[in-house]
Formats: sequence, structure tokens, C-alpha cells
Amino acid sequence: MAEMPSIDQKKCNKCGLCISVCSCGAIAMVNGVVTIIETEDCHWCTTCEAVCPTGALTCSFEIVVEETPKAGS
Amino acid sequence: MAIDTAILKSTAYFSVLNDKELDIVGQVFSEKTFQRGEIILWEGETSDTFFLVAAGAVKVFKTSAQGKEQILSIARPGDVLNDIPIFDGKANPVGAQALGPVILYGIKRDKFQLILRQSPGLTLNAIKVLAERTRHLFTLVEDLSFRHVMGRVVKILLTHAGDGVAPVQRLTQQEMAAMAGTAREVVARSLKALEEQGYIRLENHRIVISDKESLQKILTESI
Repeated sequence: MAEMPSIDQKKCNKCGLCISVCSCGAIAMVNGVVTIIETEDCHWCTTCEAVCPTGALTCSFEIVVEETPKAGS
Repeated sequence: MAIDTAILKSTAYFSVLNDKELDIVGQVFSEKTFQRGEIILWEGETSDTFFLVAAGAVKVFKTSAQGKEQILSIARPGDVLNDIPIFDGKANPVGAQALGPVILYGIKRDKFQLILRQSPGLTLNAIKVLAERTRHLFTLVEDLSFRHVMGRVVKILLTHAGDGVAPVQRLTQQEMAAMAGTAREVVARSLKALEEQGYIRLENHRIVISDKESLQKILTESI
């Protein structure tokens, strides 16, 4: 299952700006509701989050430390 | 194409006008459309049209001599573009690019200035808009000029980093900005700078810390 941005429908004002800026078709208006469409093409550009005027759409990051290979391994 | 005066009314500039005035002003605007990625304004070029965003989102940015981009703001419906050159007659201080399909309403400088002369309320609103923008830019300048923001972003990364196995609290750039006491644009710039230096990698929904020691050094030096 692909990781996708998420929408808080309580905050969403259905302005559609996120849909207009999404270049991979991951966001659509379905029956009047802004809906995330799962796709492998979403590369987390976070433009949808940047344009959202209400903070309803979020692209959260998991922060991880890369394991350094041990010497000799 | 008729101009939607409700959009004019929603802007900080024209909100003081009554319906009759809006109808008159609406007649001197013209509509222009742009597709995703199209440049609306080139930094450094001259332009004699005042634009307001009727639909869509526009990236407002500056580009350094090295080609690095700093987003200053995102203009949404009701926001204006290119007002500075309209007032001072000089080149565009910023560039603007359509983030998706965009509809703009435009008015030529001479016509806009005529309207301003005839409406003191509109002129006062214009001053208020420019004052608010100046305040926002002061904050950006402060955050971009001083080292402590980078230190705060690094601290957030180190504090919230997991091992990739146990679940950790995920953060948006907006949340990091709120934690660091800065703007989302500054966090985005900081993350990009850290990636360019090879300290982190942005992999879709993951921020991978690839050089923890260097990040700890930045943190120590920023205190």
C-alpha cells in the first residue's frame, strides 16, 4: 500500500486548490468530497499541503536515522 | 469573459468597494489563464499589469545567482501579484509560476492608478496590504539570515528520529515550522540545504538522516 497524504475532512473547505496543483492525479473531488486516490506516482512533493488554505491536507514525514554499516561487515 | 466581482470583493485591495463601484472596476479587468508550470512573471523583467488570483495557486519566489529558489509565498484566490512594480515602476522583484491551472484578473498600471486616485479607501487598503507583506518579509529575512533556525530544524530532526522499526511521531513541514517558530518556507529551505550537504535524504514520506554526527555538530554550534 502506497503512503499517501491525508485529509482532515472537518478542516477541508473543498476549494479544490490541492486538486489543481497535484501533478500525479492523487487527489480528486468524489461526490463533493476531496478524496485521496492511492497511487505509486505520489513523490511527496508536498505542494498540496503548501497550497491548502485551511491546513486540512497534510504530508507527514517519518524521520529515521540511517544505520551505518559496521566496519568489516 | 465577465469578471466575477465577488472575487474582487474578496481581495484585501478591493474589499472596501460597494457593489456599484465593483461593477465599474470589474469592467477594466481582463482575464488571463495559465497552465501548470507556466511562468506568470519573470524576476527582473518589467511588467505593467496588476494581477489578482481568481482561481488556482501561484508560487511566488526569488532565484539566486546560483539558481537556488526561495519560495516567498503561495498566492491563492483573492491574493494579488505584481503590485510592487505597479507602484514603483521598476522591474519585478520576484518570479511567479502557476502550480496548476490558474485564472488571473489583470488591470493595467495606468487604469489601476486612476482607480486608486479616485478611492481613498482603496488606497488605504493598498497601504495596509503592503505593510502586512513587509512584516511577513521582515520575519523571513530574520529567519533566513540567522543560523539559529537551521539549528532548530536540526534539533527537531534529531529529537523525532526513530530507528525505522519502532513507530515514531510523524511530522509535517508545517508542524516543524510551528515547532521551530518559523515559516513553512524556511523549513523547506533548511531541509533542502541539509540534503544538498549530504546530511539527510528526502525519500518520499521519509527524512533519512545519513550523517547524524554532522547534524549534531550543527546543533552544538547553533547553541
